[in-house]
Amino acid sequence: MIAELGHFSLWLAVGVTLLLGTLPLVGAQRGRADLMALAKPATHLLLLLITISFACLITSFVRNDFSLLNVASNSNTELPLMYRVAASWGSHEGSLMLWLLMQAGWAAAVAAFSRHLPLPVQTRILSVMGLLTLSFLLFVLLTSNPFDRIFPVPLEGRDLNPQLQDPGMIIHPPMLYMGYVGMSVAFSFAVAALIGGNLDAQWARWMRPWTTVAWAFLTVGIALGSWWAYYELGWGGWWFWDAVENASFMPWLVATALIHSLAVTEKRGSFKSWTVLLAIMGYSLSLLGTFLVRSGVITSVHSFASDPKRGLFILVMLAITVGAALALYAWRAPKVGLGARFSMLSRESMLLANNVMLLVATGAVMLGTLYPLILDSLGLGKISVGAPYFDAVFVPIMAVLVFFMGLGPMARWKNDSLPELAVRLRWAAGVTVVSAALTAWIGGNITIGSVVGLLMTFWIVSSVLAELWERVRPAGGVQTQVLHRLGQLPRATVGMMVAHLGVAVFVFGVTMVGTYDIERDVAMAPGDSTTVNGYTFTYQGTQDIEGPNYSAVRGHLVVTRDGKLVSDMFPEKRIYRVQRNPMTEAAITSRVRGDLYVQMGEPIQGNTWLVRIWVKPFVSWIWFGCLLMALGGVWAVTDRRYRVRATRSESAATGATASAVR
Amino acid sequence: MKALRYLVPMALLLALVGFLGVGLGLNPREVPSPLIGKPAPAFNLPRLDEPTQTLGREDLLGQVWMLNVWASWCAPCREEHPLVIDIARRKLVAVYGLNYKDQTAAAQGWLAQLGNPYRANLVDRDGRVGIDFGVYGVPETFIVDRQGVIRFKHTGALTPEIVRQRIEPLLKELQSAG
Repeated sequence: MIAELGHFSLWLAVGVTLLLGTLPLVGAQRGRADLMALAKPATHLLLLLITISFACLITSFVRNDFSLLNVASNSNTELPLMYRVAASWGSHEGSLMLWLLMQAGWAAAVAAFSRHLPLPVQTRILSVMGLLTLSFLLFVLLTSNPFDRIFPVPLEGRDLNPQLQDPGMIIHPPMLYMGYVGMSVAFSFAVAALIGGNLDAQWARWMRPWTTVAWAFLTVGIALGSWWAYYELGWGGWWFWDAVENASFMPWLVATALIHSLAVTEKRGSFKSWTVLLAIMGYSLSLLGTFLVRSGVITSVHSFASDPKRGLFILVMLAITVGAALALYAWRAPKVGLGARFSMLSRESMLLANNVMLLVATGAVMLGTLYPLILDSLGLGKISVGAPYFDAVFVPIMAVLVFFMGLGPMARWKNDSLPELAVRLRWAAGVTVVSAALTAWIGGNITIGSVVGLLMTFWIVSSVLAELWERVRPAGGVQTQVLHRLGQLPRATVGMMVAHLGVAVFVFGVTMVGTYDIERDVAMAPGDSTTVNGYTFTYQGTQDIEGPNYSAVRGHLVVTRDGKLVSDMFPEKRIYRVQRNPMTEAAITSRVRGDLYVQMGEPIQGNTWLVRIWVKPFVSWIWFGCLLMALGGVWAVTDRRYRVRATRSESAATGATASAVR
Repeated sequence: MKALRYLVPMALLLALVGFLGVGLGLNPREVPSPLIGKPAPAFNLPRLDEPTQTLGREDLLGQVWMLNVWASWCAPCREEHPLVIDIARRKLVAVYGLNYKDQTAAAQGWLAQLGNPYRANLVDRDGRVGIDFGVYGVPETFIVDRQGVIRFKHTGALTPEIVRQRIEPLLKELQSAG
């Protein structure tokens, strides 16, 4: 019964999206307030229906209803409750339900927080989001119904893929999907503006906070995925340039370009048609990622079970959605004005350079990801493009990007002069070179990569500090004003600085791990010890343990440094009882200065095991940097200028209701 | 003319959808190689486990052998690896590895973690021998007969079907040929 209720709600939701995607849109074109008024209630109803449906799915998982194919394939009575809940979005079908929930959630959020938008604009946005939801609803119902029954009903389920039985897996997909689907808000704003013909600075200001929030979610989602791969896959790496990772990285690169180009559109009115195009591309790449992961056209370590029929459906969906948006773009964009002019050296040109580099990066990632597929469709066979290509292409692009990242915020809008800019940044440049040289010298082992990475890190830090100083420097020589002026900085500016520092932290982590990472494979009998980079690892032996749905061999290593205990580490090798998959559970001791990472290899004989030991300096800075970027984004969104307008119209609305009640 | 510029994104989309559409209908399949029926190219490469020793084409004459091109950075290699292990375990053929454009430590770690089915691994750090073999991606698999002639090539990850339908019959034929 519960499953049928969930299934039925989805079909009702189809009806609601059909309504939402048509009548209000017509109303907005004809200026009919009665039709436009439908948009909001329809959006709320949509969220309600999809929430019901999703709740039904979770309930079926919690109650071990193995008459559902999806539950039987991805769950098991021995699976702990927490993972039974998470399993409801662990499969292809379930993850699409999560997608739908997010989509409806974003639409409802737009309905709730866009009271200050003119009614036709708001209506068009909601209608477009309704249509996007419709396409995913049909995809779920026609090709990937999570409520399909099976007969005979199995007594036991096949269990969730062991790699997904991990706390990281509970939060990673929701975060990532919030980002992916959040890009649909920017897309809908862009399409709505193309339909309505109101592409202006005002439009950019409305769209900015939404885009930034979606970008922040995407950042956290990708970082969590990387962190999960780091500790769960046990290869000791944090990014593998795998097709699925690239699929999430491409929308991120475009979203990053978009938040920067929106800045120009809002402040100077330039880059309008470019911004629209980026907004369309961001969501298109989310769709492309969905296609790549779920259609089986590309081999990846963590794609879903592939099905060409589903692939075809998404491809058609992608062609229609993006095709319609781009057709609208080709029709409307030529009429969009160019906005204010700017000179070769100005903040606009710096941000343009940022956009170009980010798009070149996107193109490079896309080429590497799709190259195997393109060769295949030309009949040249299936191959793999691996990390060597991506590393070689990506690092130089990032280096140029970071260079402009230092210049951009210091350059003035419209027109700047090179000598002045150079004067403003000379200290930053000097500090950068000296600190990078010093750090490389302390660290030893100087390579081109480490020097470039350190230069990038210190360039960002020192240029952010230079900018901060420029902004708070006491104007009339009154020292006490510095702190006051620090407090007066707009949140958008502080957010930007924090996000840029996040990049510095990230680059530092990547550089340190890339340069000073140490890896040892040691055969160890109980009592043996080995010293890696000053840490002494003493192997104590193994013991057999039983988990809720797995058996494991657990090793025990005591780590000391200079005779002092650092930590006890317990790497495991697990066999999950249902799927019979061996899994290595690495033991990680995480510290600010770096991680110790230990993994059980193979038993050699008796109690002697091959143990793999890594010492990874500053590796956690990689994810901390991403977190800082996201925090910076969120902080920027709370800037006054986004709120002032909202509060004003809110009080107006409250006033109106109050007078109506009276 | 200026308006045409705005159609460029659309054109790119169509091209992309075209490729994706064709890609959807494809299966990993064998590619005819100009090398089939030709003698395997000469090589002399250091061994992964013992870099001071080298292995050349002549050392392998007189036996049927399989060359599996792999790298630790290659995701499909990871995917096909259980099949390579299975082939070696069933002693169907002598399996040699060509470790392609890889780091020695990473390659050794990869083998330690996933199992080492190879009688020996040749280290092709700069990919020179790979070029001679016409490798344009990893993984690739070759079968060479007793006279040192390439008889089979597969590009991409091996699948159980390919092993059963193509490789096993060919090996039987080559090995019974004396």
